[in-house]
Amino acid sequence: MLDGAKHLTMHPAFSIIVFTTLSGLGYGLAAILGLGVLDPSALATKLAYLGALVLIGAGLMSSTLHLGNPQRAWRALSQWRSSWLSREGVMALLTFVPLLWSAWATVVESRYIPSAGLLGTAGAALTVYCTGMIYASLRSVQAWHTPLTPLCFLLFGLSGGLILASLAGTAGGGNGLWLTLSAVAATLVAWIAKTAWRRRMLTLRPLSTPETATGLGSIGKVRLFERPHINENYLTREMGFVIARKHAAKLGRISFLAGGVLPVLLLLAAAAFSAFPVASAAIIACATLLHYAGIFLERWLFFAEARHAVMNYYGG
Amino acid sequence: MTSLPAERSGKKLGLVIDLDVCVGCHACVVSCKEWNTGGYGNALSDQQPYGPGVSGTFLNRIHSFEVVPEGGEVIGEAGEARIVHFPKSCLHCDDAPCVTVCPTGASYKRGEDGIVLVDEDKCIGCGLCAWACPYGAREMDLAAGVMKKCTLCVDRIYNETLKEVDRVPSCVRTCPANARHFGDLADPASAVSIMVAERGGMDLMPEQGTRPVNKYLPPRPRTPLAASAGALLAENTSGASGFFAWLDGMLDRI
Amino acid sequence: MPAKPRVALSEPVSDEVRKTTCYMCACRCGIDVHIKDGKIRYIEGNRDHPVNRGVLCAKGSAGIMQHYAPARLKAPLKRVGPRGSGEFKEISWDEVLETATRWLGEVRERDPKKLAFFTGRDQSQSLTGYWAQMYGTPNYAAHGGFCSVNMAAAGIMTIGGAFWEFGAPDWDRTKLFVLFGVAEDHDSNPIKIGLSKLKKNGARFVSVNPVRTGYSAIADNWIGIRPGTDGLLILSVIHELLKARKIDVDYIVRYTNATWLVIDQPGAADHGLFARDGEGKPLVFESVTERVVSLGTQGARAALSGRVELPDGRFAQPAFQLLAEKYLDPQYAPEAVAGETGVAADVIRGLAAEIARVAFDEAIFLDQPWTDVDGRQHDGFVGRPVSFHAMRGISAHSNGFQTARALHLLQVLIGAIDCPGGFRFEPPYPKPVAAHPTPHGKAEHFGSNKPLSGPHLGFPRGPEDMLIDKDGNPTRIDKAFSWDAPFSAHGLMHMVIANAHAGDPYPVDLLFLYMANMAWNSSMNTGGVIKMLEDKDPATGEYRIPKIIYSDAYASEMVAYADLVLPDTTYLERHDCISMLDRPISEPDAVQDAIRWPVVEPDRDVRGFQSVLLDLGARLKLPAFADNRGKPIYENYADYIVRHERRPGIGPLAGFRGREGDRTGRGASNPDQLKRYIENGSFFSAHIPLEAQFFKHANKAYQDFAVRMGFFDQPQPVIFQLYQESLQKFRLSAEGVREPIAPETHRARILETFDPLPIWYRPFEEAAVDREQFPYHAITQRPAAMYHSWGSMNAWLRQIHTRNPLYVPGPICDEHGLGDGDWVWVTSSHGRIKVEIKRMEAVNSSTIWTWNAIGKRGGAWALDPKSPEAERGFLMNHLINELLPPKGDGLRWSNSDPVTGQAAWYDLRVRIEKAEAGIESQPHFASVAKLRRGEDIPAELRYGQEWAK
Ligand SMILES: Nc1nc2c(c(=O)[nH]1)N[C@H]1C(S)=C(S)[C@@H](COP(=O)(O)OP(=O)(O)OC[C@H]3O[C@@H](n4cnc5c(=O)[nH]c(N)nc54)[C@H](O)[C@@H]3O)O[C@H]1N2
Ligand SMILES: Nc1nc2c(c(=O)[nH]1)N[C@H]1C(S)=C(S)[C@@H](COP(=O)(O)OP(=O)(O)OC[C@H]3O[C@@H](n4cnc5c(=O)[nH]c(N)nc54)[C@H](O)[C@@H]3O)O[C@H]1N2
Ligand code: SF4
Ligand code: SF4
Ligand code: SF4
Ligand code: SF4
Ligand code: SF4
Ligand SMILES: [Mo]
Repeated sequence: MLDGAKHLTMHPAFSIIVFTTLSGLGYGLAAILGLGVLDPSALATKLAYLGALVLIGAGLMSSTLHLGNPQRAWRALSQWRSSWLSREGVMALLTFVPLLWSAWATVVESRYIPSAGLLGTAGAALTVYCTGMIYASLRSVQAWHTPLTPLCFLLFGLSGGLILASLAGTAGGGNGLWLTLSAVAATLVAWIAKTAWRRRMLTLRPLSTPETATGLGSIGKVRLFERPHINENYLTREMGFVIARKHAAKLGRISFLAGGVLPVLLLLAAAAFSAFPVASAAIIACATLLHYAGIFLERWLFFAEARHAVMNYYGG
Repeated sequence: MTSLPAERSGKKLGLVIDLDVCVGCHACVVSCKEWNTGGYGNALSDQQPYGPGVSGTFLNRIHSFEVVPEGGEVIGEAGEARIVHFPKSCLHCDDAPCVTVCPTGASYKRGEDGIVLVDEDKCIGCGLCAWACPYGAREMDLAAGVMKKCTLCVDRIYNETLKEVDRVPSCVRTCPANARHFGDLADPASAVSIMVAERGGMDLMPEQGTRPVNKYLPPRPRTPLAASAGALLAENTSGASGFFAWLDGMLDRI
Repeated sequence: MPAKPRVALSEPVSDEVRKTTCYMCACRCGIDVHIKDGKIRYIEGNRDHPVNRGVLCAKGSAGIMQHYAPARLKAPLKRVGPRGSGEFKEISWDEVLETATRWLGEVRERDPKKLAFFTGRDQSQSLTGYWAQMYGTPNYAAHGGFCSVNMAAAGIMTIGGAFWEFGAPDWDRTKLFVLFGVAEDHDSNPIKIGLSKLKKNGARFVSVNPVRTGYSAIADNWIGIRPGTDGLLILSVIHELLKARKIDVDYIVRYTNATWLVIDQPGAADHGLFARDGEGKPLVFESVTERVVSLGTQGARAALSGRVELPDGRFAQPAFQLLAEKYLDPQYAPEAVAGETGVAADVIRGLAAEIARVAFDEAIFLDQPWTDVDGRQHDGFVGRPVSFHAMRGISAHSNGFQTARALHLLQVLIGAIDCPGGFRFEPPYPKPVAAHPTPHGKAEHFGSNKPLSGPHLGFPRGPEDMLIDKDGNPTRIDKAFSWDAPFSAHGLMHMVIANAHAGDPYPVDLLFLYMANMAWNSSMNTGGVIKMLEDKDPATGEYRIPKIIYSDAYASEMVAYADLVLPDTTYLERHDCISMLDRPISEPDAVQDAIRWPVVEPDRDVRGFQSVLLDLGARLKLPAFADNRGKPIYENYADYIVRHERRPGIGPLAGFRGREGDRTGRGASNPDQLKRYIENGSFFSAHIPLEAQFFKHANKAYQDFAVRMGFFDQPQPVIFQLYQESLQKFRLSAEGVREPIAPETHRARILETFDPLPIWYRPFEEAAVDREQFPYHAITQRPAAMYHSWGSMNAWLRQIHTRNPLYVPGPICDEHGLGDGDWVWVTSSHGRIKVEIKRMEAVNSSTIWTWNAIGKRGGAWALDPKSPEAERGFLMNHLINELLPPKGDGLRWSNSDPVTGQAAWYDLRVRIEKAEAGIESQPHFASVAKLRRGEDIPAELRYGQEWAK
């Protein structure tokens, strides 16, 4: 069995992290664009639209990478009545309609269509909410099983989206300053939510223990003696990721710095330099990259710190 | 369907596992593997079967736990610490989260008997159901890319080509210690239900809200030998002489 | 949305079911092998089979993976590289048989004892032994010496049967079951079935075992005894029972030698022997007329105590007088033994009390009139529902013979042998020592080109029957039946390589082994044995053990050391015979034997070893295998099974004999016999009539039944030998008062250990080493899901035990600051190993242990040399020496029981210290990867995918 300092957690799968972070960013941007705050005739706005679509597309692509049978992925649309994963798929697809529509309008016709835009914004928000709910709906992973989970997904999407939008705005789309300041606000709120999420996780009383998992609590303290099979199996590979608590805490601070503190400072700087669009755009670009790195790390920890109930059977 | 069945028959087929007699021999594990690798759906593959990282798909595994009474003496002689062998396969939960999370409808619970199955032709291998299961009862087969789980030997229990007695799960039929029992847990008159009632059969992780059908029978309470220590010395008068006198008496009685 | 996905519910399982006998271990369960498209689809237990009643263990269910294992040998092999390199050339059967015949023929001509033929885990000993006898070498035995001969010898010499395969608890009726030192045993499935019956019937199950896993894990009471001290525990229980007068006097008088008069004349050549009349009948003291009379005198009421003067003026005492005086002594009081055994006095008292209560207060009476061999009528069977079972936890110690004797003594004192609810004999047992042969192998028993004058293995009646020359030196290579181990009824296979290498008592020319992984897990001091096999005589440049022929079915470690390899089939591809002449599968209520037959045909150039042995026998023109024209008498093993007759009308199989196949036991051979067996599920079962089912040792109906069945030619009742006269004869030799006189070197040890009444003495290694320096015991256990070395080639089984940690008791971990995954050096007086540990609480606090035979040599078994079995797995064997530490006189004794020569695996004492973390256990041996016939080793298995629906 592992000593207290280590614990067994969900395996942070690269494809899923890329998916949730890229699509989060993409939908965030799309949602802002859908509000029509940028000048549709500006090149930066047109590029922003394309960027949003690329990010969303790339995210969705990578989400199919971890499937055992991707060729059947279409089947995942069938269970929207009960499955959040299915709902996410359906929403993603539906959302493409208004998104492509307003993208076309903006890129080709240089105009903003409010109905399409607002529909796109709603769709983007719902899609990200579904993504969050996939995890929040799993009682087996107590850390995820909270409304704070979809809230964080939404807020990180929003902050990422606003940062990109502010970049586009500053680079000619207009409303640069306002967008930059709202990006600062959104990022701060997102990290407040995330901090609440993490405090909850760290202070949880485990819902299930080796005692409840075996029903043997009545005769004593239960500890794994021998694994069923000595080597790793699918379950230990998926849910028995080994991570040191100290290590995780450090990464947590780094992600907060890169994804929160630094972007906020840079955005404020950019706002201060809003008189010099090129300079502030450059600064915002740095903020964007740092933010993405921070969120990527945050998402990695989202898995790597979450303990699955099944580990009660595997000495985790 | 990925939604739990709306109308259910009165039947809840499942297993009852007796922790008081399981000796941890793994017979059920291997029997399950050999039955299912050539049976329902794709084979249960093994990666690196003769290599360092050998690891395969199993639908039933035996964990072993050591239970030490809190504050209890844990020196072997004290006999307090004990090993409990713990078989685990799908519990065919009434409120099966593995079913509701499935985006494709591959994962479903049968209305007629409550068995939870995976339709492998629909499964995209997303793994979400395995995440949703708190018991670790689902394993993705790496070769087939589809989710595998205990089928309750659905291809045995209704199999008309088998003798009546053999229409039970492979693991139940093979268990040398008779620690595994199969039956309808919805029927209070069934042998398994009676066993559960008499032995205080329990749910695993009730707090997960899955309402498992399978039940576990806890180890029976035990009386220490030392408790009988006083019983013997009734006729005791020590020393050989007294003994031989008694012996002669006995011989006369023969 | 489509309706509920359909599932095919009634697919036929297979095209055909073929019923045969499992050989994934020695338990011999019946299996139904399902064949589909010519491949094995599924193996399940045969519901009609008396051994397993339909259940199957993990190994049995994994038969598919054994049968298709890449480790299977594919053709005869001739060594081309140096021994151990694993470099071989595939050759034809003609070539291999011609070479083997030449080698064997030369030796037989020159000096037959220069062939050592040892057959390991052999289930055909009635053939292999007979072959060796016809060949004429004195050097034959199977694995019993390193396995559990203490159990067999003590049982047969005391009660005429044994825990080891010749008896079983009355699972249905017993109310208290005490299990000593068993992890798995040969009765693998029957014990599991039995334990669940106990639980169902609410019987109490007590396990005496330092480790609380497996069976012990479900015991109602666990006694975590200190290894090697069971004898004390048992004698203490006996002490308590005697004190409380809780013994079955009637039973003792009727069925034991407790009444026999023992001569009391210290210093005389017959002191401690039984007083006998002119015909050698023992004398007893008739307590009514107060006369000394011969045993069996009508109406005599023999005394159990007193001291009487014999007609010739000498004095004598009933054996029971000595027995009672001995065990009533306070040295056996619970308090006195608590320290040594680590078992609290109250637990010992409680155990004794429970035994007494159940035996006498809960006695059962079976309403079935019967007659005993003295003609007395009984209106029923009295049952003492206390049963015991024991195996290597007791026998694998250098005091194991006496400990096993003590346990049988306990059973007899409470009248719990072959009664309802007790331990019950399985035919052809009980069988008195008198009905066993004496050993053969003295110089006058053999010679160039002639058969041995009798069977190799048996029971000496006294020192005069030992296999020694006039100077007292052993005549067998393993020194069996010598002063070193006079009652080594199964030989000492574990000493063969060491002795042959040392040329002590003499070198051999040819070592012929079958089914024993002697270069690995079945040898003590594995590293040393490997060196001996590789060692060359610098003078000649020849290997010290010049030639080795080996038959194996798989690429084991031992194969790498053979010069010629005879590739065997798997157990599903050959005929076999589990024979009444050997170790049948009888149950207390039924006479049973079984066969194997080729349920699938070999797809390789391999042949069943028994058929090959018959072929060699014929080529060598051995009597019984070649007729006077030199033609083979038997076509193959199947033919031999059907046509061979050991005595007129008595052959390997008891069932379906006679031209019509309607005779049982005795009868002419039946050409359709195998067919009939196969139709019957590959076994035969004949029920014992109820009136003959109990007290078989003295039951007239049973004795007549046994004669009808052909076990004996006249009745052979057994009188339980609580007092062992034959042991006393050795003590007299050791005192120098009786011929033959024991050598000076052996006297002290014989006097100390050959007590005619059961005793406990400190295991030799524990007595020899400094106990402060080596404070802990180190033992092994069989894992239920592995069979020795041969489970690791099995893709399914090896996932359960891919490597073996060393389990260390919590208190020892705390003392040394150890936690799971730490590495330690474990040091014995012989060697040291570096291994990974795991903490455990449910274990005797001075005992560390691991699973047996999981560690593998890299490259063997067609496993990747980097496999965990080879990298991190390990053998305890490296710490165990076949010899004890040198004595003052420089002499080194074999690490075995002094009476039977049983290997003392569990006497091992060690110390541990924390080591640098490692990735590889030590010692680590060069890989024999060349053995690996790599071409067909798959990177992934999807067995049965072609049947996927
Ligand atoms: N440390 C330690 N050592 C021990 C023991 C212990 O408890 N602890 N136990 C001892 C005891 S009791 C025993 S019996 C020995 C057992 O040890 P071994 O007698 O060596 O038994 P196995 O390793 O099971 O197998 C022996 C060989 O038989 C081969 N074999 C398997 N099937 C067939 C077949 O069908 N035909 C042929 N020709 N060969 C076949 C296998 O490939 C293997 O090479 O180990 C002894 N060694
Ligand atoms: N699954 C499986 N079954 C097998 C085998 C196998 O390899 N695998 N091998 C077969 C063979 S060859 C044999 S000989 C039999 C042997 O069958 P067992 O006798 O069960 O063999 P071991 O594993 O040596 O078990 C010895 C037990 O005694 C305990 N023990 C050790 N020292 C002492 C002691 O001093 N006192 C007491 N009371 N207990 C002690 C050990 O903890 C262990 O539990 O099993 C046979 N059956
Ligand atoms: S077969 Fe029976 S006894 Fe063996 S592990 Fe499975 S449940 Fe336990
Ligand atoms: S045990 Fe797991 S897989 Fe089985 S039904 Fe319950 S949740 Fe689903
Ligand atoms: S892995 Fe298959 S069964 Fe499981 S949720 Fe995904 S699609 Fe459904
Ligand atoms: S019921 Fe069938 S599938 Fe389920 S564990 Fe038992 S053998 Fe395996
Ligand atoms: S116990 Fe298991 S391996 Fe041994 S014969 Fe029976 S089924 Fe086969
Ligand atoms: Mo053995």
